[in-house]
Amino acid sequence: MSEHGTQPTGDQVNQVNQPGAPVSPHQGLEHRPAQQLDEVSGDGSGGIPERFSDPGLPPHVPRSADLDELAARRAERQVAALFSVSMVATVVFLVAYFVIDQGSYTFIPGIGLASLSNIVLGVSLGVSLLCIGLGAVHWAKTLMPDTDVTEERHPQRSSDEARSDAVETIVAGGSASQLGRRPLIKYTLAGALGLFAIPLLVQLTGSLGPLPRADLSNTFWRKGMRLMRDPEMTPIKASDVTVGSFYHVLPEGIDKSEHVLEEKAKAAVVLISLPPGAIQVPKERDWGVDGIVAYSKICTHVGCPVGLYEHRTHLLMCPCHQSTFDVTRDAEVLFGPAHRPLPQLKITVDAQGYLIAAAPFLQPVGPSFWERA
Amino acid sequence: MSPNSTPKGAAGLRADDVPLPERQKGAKALAGGLAGWVDDRTGTARPTSYLLKKVFPDHWSFMLGEIAMFSLVILLITGTFLTFWFVPSAGQVIYNGSYVPLKGIPMSEAFKSTVDISFDVRGGLIMRQIHHWAALLFTVSITVHMFRVFFTGAFRKPREINWVIGTILSLLAINEGFTGYSLPDDLLSGTGLRAAEGFIQSVPVLGSYMAYFLFGGAFPGEAIIPRLFTVHVLLLPALIIGLFTAHIVLVAVHKHTQYPGPGKTNDNVVGYPFMPVYLAKSGGFFFIVFGITTLMAALVTINPIWMYGPYDPTAGTAGSQPDWYMGFADGALRLFPGFTEFTVFGFTLSLNVFIPSLIVMPLLYSIAGAYPFIESWVTGDKREHHLLERPRNAPTRTGLGVMAISFYLILFIAAGDDLIAIKLGLSINQIVRTLQVMLIVVPPLAYWVTKRICMSLQRRDRDLVLHGHESGRIVRTAGGSFFEVHEPLPEHQRWSLVQHETPTPLQLTPRVDANGVERKSTRRERLRAKVSSFYFADSIQAVTPAELTAAHHDGSAREAIETGPDAREPGSGGPDWVGQLHGGADERPETDAYASHDEGADPASAP
Repeated sequence: MSEHGTQPTGDQVNQVNQPGAPVSPHQGLEHRPAQQLDEVSGDGSGGIPERFSDPGLPPHVPRSADLDELAARRAERQVAALFSVSMVATVVFLVAYFVIDQGSYTFIPGIGLASLSNIVLGVSLGVSLLCIGLGAVHWAKTLMPDTDVTEERHPQRSSDEARSDAVETIVAGGSASQLGRRPLIKYTLAGALGLFAIPLLVQLTGSLGPLPRADLSNTFWRKGMRLMRDPEMTPIKASDVTVGSFYHVLPEGIDKSEHVLEEKAKAAVVLISLPPGAIQVPKERDWGVDGIVAYSKICTHVGCPVGLYEHRTHLLMCPCHQSTFDVTRDAEVLFGPAHRPLPQLKITVDAQGYLIAAAPFLQPVGPSFWERA
Repeated sequence: MSPNSTPKGAAGLRADDVPLPERQKGAKALAGGLAGWVDDRTGTARPTSYLLKKVFPDHWSFMLGEIAMFSLVILLITGTFLTFWFVPSAGQVIYNGSYVPLKGIPMSEAFKSTVDISFDVRGGLIMRQIHHWAALLFTVSITVHMFRVFFTGAFRKPREINWVIGTILSLLAINEGFTGYSLPDDLLSGTGLRAAEGFIQSVPVLGSYMAYFLFGGAFPGEAIIPRLFTVHVLLLPALIIGLFTAHIVLVAVHKHTQYPGPGKTNDNVVGYPFMPVYLAKSGGFFFIVFGITTLMAALVTINPIWMYGPYDPTAGTAGSQPDWYMGFADGALRLFPGFTEFTVFGFTLSLNVFIPSLIVMPLLYSIAGAYPFIESWVTGDKREHHLLERPRNAPTRTGLGVMAISFYLILFIAAGDDLIAIKLGLSINQIVRTLQVMLIVVPPLAYWVTKRICMSLQRRDRDLVLHGHESGRIVRTAGGSFFEVHEPLPEHQRWSLVQHETPTPLQLTPRVDANGVERKSTRRERLRAKVSSFYFADSIQAVTPAELTAAHHDGSAREAIETGPDAREPGSGGPDWVGQLHGGADERPETDAYASHDEGADPASAP
């Protein structure tokens, strides 16, 4: 019938165990598969059983509250005290809610300056909840019965009859529907059920967003745009850039654009002035102005702003995953999970001596995607 | 009134009155009152009494799942509160609330409303902080509950389905957490979303399309906050509550597992009934979990978004870490080397992002979900198991579990590599390199060490059963040697150490059977035999009664030899410590400092 040798009869059986009543080990596991999973060494011989037998539940040890009415009453008082503390804490919460000003701060040792309202409301609510819980658990542990109760288990498997009955019902229902005899219905039903979800999927995916097209490959930068300090949005004179300085830069007019955040997410640039002779790549020198070079600030790993610059080593580092770019070698990856160098923005100076873009970015900025390159 | 009726007196009129039933009390009132009214219409009396009588075993480790259940309830309560004030919109506004440092700064409505909840809604901050702490507690307790179920073998038949449901719940929970902490649109969570957009872009072929569909266009866009909101408050909670219900119904159907012990068999559940004990204990525990979460929210600030400021795609801070449960994915991203990005036929395949961000998490969860089926294939065990295994009695499984945890932990530590570098003044490069090596070296090592520790503990159990406890009682024999008497374990204590089965590896049936017919074993069978031997080849067996008898016997014999013929006259029965002299001086090698030295004994003390 099942893997279990014994079929317990009757419904749920609840009984308080007789302590010490022997129970055979692994009841119901006598019929074992052929794998001999439980084979043990040391064959029983000379009347020694092969395995130890279950001694049954240990004798119940009464608690002090079971034996001593005074102890029980003490427990009762403790539980009641906890519930009372909870009520007091609830009242404290209600008073504090109306009395304490939302904007008042107080110094709490070990915490520092903290919102008084948050601390008083939170502590009183916490104490009121906690004491209900502690009281209930203390009550259960001291006064409620602690004798072990045993409930029988039954195998999950249904009886053979029930199983075959279920199978028969399904088979009979299937044949009563004549599904097998009428292939026309079978195939058209399969077709209809197979297709009906497609319009829903098409509606959803088709309307979620626009196609990217060339959007990921273009930024706000255009030839001739001035490099502006972020966030002041003031132009930068090449002669004002001292050696070793570092600027966060945005293109001129980006703050007036229709989608400021979206444009900033692609167009952000860092401007670095390197000491003479530091630049090791001719292209990098040519695309800059007297050792002043501009690179995309958007990490080529997953797109965080590469905002940490180490002046001494000329390294740019991404705060998210620590990709490190060497600015003296065309921002190639020195360390970390990124693969591609940061794209360089070709810059020059206009008639007034301000730094401007000599060309837009010539390759997509930011994280990699399939159709870039 | 008809003319031929006889008029009656008042007493006569009342003669047929049914006397008013006496006011019912206690149990009777319950049956006749509201409960009776409900049962008349629903017939719930039987299931009610069945459930109220249901027995649950008692063990602290069974509370871990309860913590998860209760923190889910806390999340639903506080989350509902938060929706009344939170505005899921990326629309830009200028802040003019009561938090002075942010005044006049442009920000999204989502961020502004979160700051308002924190500073202008009375008690709003406490609700926000309870919600965030409960989310961390939810994910922690799910994880630790999962460890408990794994290491005790509670996932074995018939509970495989519930293990799979639990695995999915755990995956949903961490994603629910991610969508939740992304909602305030602060600088930290915005940076997280920025990275998430980068992950999606890395999907081969479809990446940029998927990113544009999800964000409704270019990052960040205005669509992602409302979409995440719907996912966070509707879609994922519905899935979580549905699967959680199935999870708990299956627990009730299977009845709870129990730890082995005297009187506890595979066919019973020993514990306390739900009514009244677990109603009080579990109900009380809900309030304890809620209370402690609230105290944490009152005393420890979490996610102070007003200090991070609103999201700006050009700003970032050092020390950007996700909430703890996303740490392993972030760590994987930091450790995965950059040279795994390729350009093939003019297309970019960014495996350095795609694998750690979008493959590692589902892969780890798939392996976890598949484990019960792998193990049951290896053991060939098709029986139901309701008795838990002590982790030491399944050394290979425990070793594999610790191996997985060590892998996870190294990824988790990697997510904080920058903080470690700053706090400890170490080089970030060296930390990353070390962690990359550790990720490959440590898990197998952790497996081996854990398995050895388990086996040592099993041997320790055997030793305890065979030789008993040291009693601290020193006995001097007639010959002048000293022994510490070992007391045998009481029967009830011993049972817990000897009750478990010892699996042996599956054997391939012989190639040539009894009739000389050759039989080919399939590749599958050979693989299975190999894995089975990996699991069980060095199993340590539980002590059998025969071994215990032999041990006592052996002890007596040695004792008889070593103490000389006078000590044990045949038939005298001997002293009461006979057969218990183990671990004493005489059992030690001569080189041992504590070995017995009869010649050195003070002759004056001899009897």
